[in-house]
Amino acid sequence: MTEIAVGVLAFFGTIFIFLAAVGLIRMPDTYLRISVTTKAATLGIGLLMLAAAVYFQELSITTRVMAIILFIILTSPVSGHLIGRTSYFSGVRLWKNSVMDDLDGKYQKHSQVLKSETDDTPENNLSHIRDAEEEL
Amino acid sequence: MTLIDFLYYFVIPVLTVSVLLIVVRFIKGPSIVDRVIALDLIITTGIGFIGTYSILTNQPAFLDVAMILALIAFLGTVAFSYYIQKRNK
Repeated sequence: MTEIAVGVLAFFGTIFIFLAAVGLIRMPDTYLRISVTTKAATLGIGLLMLAAAVYFQELSITTRVMAIILFIILTSPVSGHLIGRTSYFSGVRLWKNSVMDDLDGKYQKHSQVLKSETDDTPENNLSHIRDAEEEL
Repeated sequence: MTLIDFLYYFVIPVLTVSVLLIVVRFIKGPSIVDRVIALDLIITTGIGFIGTYSILTNQPAFLDVAMILALIAFLGTVAFSYYIQKRNK
């Protein structure tokens, strides 16, 4: 019975990690890739670690596994946010078929502050749409 | 089919194929941010490998390594994003 539970948990964990890898290959731009890897990989690792906890069935190992899962659940959104913010600043464009860009013109280029409204200093506002039009 | 067979013939090979796919993105990656994400995901998959091996070899001490590896993955991503952002300023 325990072996079946471990097998099912390991199966789904592996499938989710594989989906994260396929998403990393197939997704068209950087932001979608960040989205795929943070979600799918967190769930996959959580399930694989739970499989280890169910297999050993000891209090100390279950505590350790819970610490790993909690750590990954806490850190992966933070690192996803940081790397997404960095890629927006470093000028990585959205996919050409993206419908809208909510951050357009709201990040300040030099102070790196996010404002809630687009103000009237266009030379200081970070706008990928304007950059793309200037290149044409 | 026992659990050990399942882990040997399904989980480890599929994780290996995932790492190969991620390495393709690591080499191809148009921007440096894609490479940082790929590196992060390779380390995360490594945590999965360690969990599977701790079941296969019946050695729960390997899970400590997984914890440290999770810490290093997070610190690496934070450091990379900090320095990429600083370079663009």
